[in-house]
Amino acid sequence: MYQTTYHRASSVDEAVSLFGESSEAKFLAGGQTLLPVMKQRLASPSDVIDLGKIKELQGVELSGDTLTIKAATTYYDIMTNADVKKAIPAIAHLTSVLGDPAVRYRGTIGGSIANNDPAADFPAALLALGATVKTNKRSIAAEDFFQGLFSTALEDGELITAVSFPVPAKAGYEKMRHPASRFALTGVFVAQTKSGEVRVAATGASQSGVMRVPAIEAALKSNWSPSAIDGVAISANGLLADIHGTAEYRANLIKVMAQRAVSAAG
Amino acid sequence: MSTVKLTVNGKAVAVDVEDRTLLVQLLRDHLNLTGTHVGCDTSQCGACVVHMDGKAVKSCTMLAGQADGASITTIEGIAKGDELHPMQAAFRDNHGLQCGYCTPGMIMSAIDIVHRYGGQLDEATVRAELEGNICRCTGYHNIVKAVLDAAGRMKVSQAAE
Ligand SMILES: Cc1cc2nc3c(=O)[nH]c(=O)nc-3n(C[C@H](O)[C@H](O)[C@H](O)COP(=O)(O)OP(=O)(O)OC[C@H]3O[C@@H](n4cnc5c(N)ncnc54)[C@H](O)[C@@H]3O)c2cc1C
Ligand code: FES
Ligand code: FES
Repeated sequence: MYQTTYHRASSVDEAVSLFGESSEAKFLAGGQTLLPVMKQRLASPSDVIDLGKIKELQGVELSGDTLTIKAATTYYDIMTNADVKKAIPAIAHLTSVLGDPAVRYRGTIGGSIANNDPAADFPAALLALGATVKTNKRSIAAEDFFQGLFSTALEDGELITAVSFPVPAKAGYEKMRHPASRFALTGVFVAQTKSGEVRVAATGASQSGVMRVPAIEAALKSNWSPSAIDGVAISANGLLADIHGTAEYRANLIKVMAQRAVSAAG
Repeated sequence: MSTVKLTVNGKAVAVDVEDRTLLVQLLRDHLNLTGTHVGCDTSQCGACVVHMDGKAVKSCTMLAGQADGASITTIEGIAKGDELHPMQAAFRDNHGLQCGYCTPGMIMSAIDIVHRYGGQLDEATVRAELEGNICRCTGYHNIVKAVLDAAGRMKVSQAAE
């Protein structure tokens, strides 16, 4: 790892101003992506600004039909939170299959979506549930937030403070885990909103990152059941192909994972 | 350089380190606690797992500065004098190690698993929960046996305390 200067911020304002005073700063949340990348010398921030001890970035709030998860809340704290389990159990399940126990103790929802790995789990949940990303400057709809591989709507120095999820009528998430990295070889999040809209998002599948799957949405809209997806054709165009799976394989996984997710959602 | 103050195996320490120092480097290179191992560069193997404030974390994937003020327990800190921790004893009795490289991390993760699940552990749970710890020797079978055995012993010793 190259030299860097470590700062521990105690408030959002302090973190943002430390960022502004540094030449090439990075926020550090759980460190479960940033530190491996720094160790490989693929990133060399002049300063890292630790968000881990900022109280206002911790915790979960359920108010009416909105579940808000603060940005630096760890996967473990999300997975074991009573409000998450009650309001959107599919999110608790998603965190339980994300990484391994040590990653879950440290990694955070804010770090996950800021990073926007094309095989990360949380982007699928945000997109399918129609979540809103809150930053120190504004609110961004999930649709506008994710902008392709490892890229988001965040501006330099903009800090995610929380994610707000509308509580759905039903939701489910299933993923085919990569056996070594545990990232999603393909994962699908299905949701039925309280107003009856159906939204489906797939991660790990597309060359341009997390995506909606309109064909499956249409099938589920008329018939919310796994069998409704049987006849849906998913094109392999634009899907990822690597040594772990061809584009055709991933196209099929989108269907199978969507079917399992619908079963899980009930 | 910064001074990192933390508690390691019950002892308060203050260590001057470069800001880029990882927690595992502080433990191994500055405190000579070489029981914690480094098995990979990718945060995937779990050989470096220690407890921070009671939670099993990868010490290769934390800056030392992030542990400032925390209480760290390493493999060196779990036995009581000559008496092995029940998890260590169970690994020995069940032949849960061969080369021993993964063992410190396995044991620290396994203790965390037992703490989280209490008596509710079964084989499938142990296997799923150990997925962040890689072993190239044992084939995991005896490790899983050891963790289940230790879960029973830890319950008994907790009840006795
Ligand atoms: C072994 C292993 C397995 C993994 N498996 C999975 C998996 O199955 N699924 C999955 O989705 N992920 C997986 N991950 C990645 C993990 O989820 C990371 O925790 C996540 O990608 C980054 O979150 P973090 O809190 O650790 O962020 P960090 O690593 O601290 O930061 C990541 C990036 O986000 C930025 N950032 C962090 N917080 C904020 C904020 N509040 N506002 C603005 N920018 C911010 C940082 O500057 C940095 O650029 C795995 C990681 C490891 C090491
Ligand atoms: S050394 Fe491999 S996970 Fe830490
Ligand atoms: S005993 Fe050799 S790696 Fe596990």
